[in-house]
Amino acid sequence: MKFEYDIEGGNFSRAGFASSEVKKKLRQLNVDIQIVRRIVVALYEAEVNVVAHAWYGKMTVDIDEEKILLILDDEGPGIEDIDLAMKEGFSTASPEVREMGFGAGMGLPNIKKNVDTLKITSEPGKGTRVEMITYMKGGKNEKS
Amino acid sequence: MERRCLIMDLQQMANIIDGRVVANGNESRTGYNTAFASDLMSDVLTLDQENVVLITGLATLQTIRTAEMADINCIIFVRNKKASPEMISLARESGINIVECRYTMFRASGLLYQAGLNPVY
Ligand SMILES: Nc1ncnc2c1ncn2[C@@H]1O[C@H](COP(=O)(O)OP(=O)(O)OP(=O)(O)O)[C@@H](O)[C@H]1O
Ligand SMILES: [Mg+2]
Repeated sequence: MKFEYDIEGGNFSRAGFASSEVKKKLRQLNVDIQIVRRIVVALYEAEVNVVAHAWYGKMTVDIDEEKILLILDDEGPGIEDIDLAMKEGFSTASPEVREMGFGAGMGLPNIKKNVDTLKITSEPGKGTRVEMITYMKGGKNEKS
Repeated sequence: MERRCLIMDLQQMANIIDGRVVANGNESRTGYNTAFASDLMSDVLTLDQENVVLITGLATLQTIRTAEMADINCIIFVRNKKASPEMISLARESGINIVECRYTMFRASGLLYQAGLNPVY
């Protein structure tokens, strides 16, 4: 099963709309509550990043029996140094983003904590692609 | 001194902080025993616990969204911050309760702690 959503950069009043739809879908599909919780937090962090840092993005959610694949592909400034962006506390968020309660540099580390695999690729000046996978069985959800 | 921990319902919490329930989107059967106070949504998203009450002075639509994503079903707005009609309707849709309160975050948190709500850590 595959779902796609558009994400508008800069539009904070809509930020989270796509993640909220995915949450409802996963609940309907009876995915384990703990898995849903972690995925939705990661997805929302990634969605807010597109809204806060990029211009336009597409969210793709692909669910099968084994795993959930989440991809956020955006057109935006890209990330110069991905290792640095992954560091807790690193942020280039604007004052407007900070006024919304974001921009603490905690999003990417939090995504990493909540999914089984995270892959970020980026081309500065063009955009960023964030790929996350969570396994229905045998992933982080079962270790904890 | 031994701390007495309690499970409270929405109205009990509102009474303790002289607050007003403005959205009743969730009839929690279990009640509340833990709270977290922050204006930073980035922080809220790192919580692992469930059924946590969020005490915040950041009253935006994004606060409601963040609560929804973090499985938080009760928000207390402090410092006399008001929930807009849009926020209230999103809260109802998402099964979230909202309480408005005139006190500072420190005072509201202190009163709820004293009354028996636990911190997250
Ligand atoms: N989609 C993106 N496009 C461009 N830059 C990004 C994107 N996502 C993240 N970044 C860069 O990586 C930094 C760190 O991201 P991270 O999500 O960890 O923190 P933040 O978004 O700044 O704050 P928080 O997530 O705590 O609200 C951002 O400040 C930004 O510079
Ligand atoms: Mg972020």
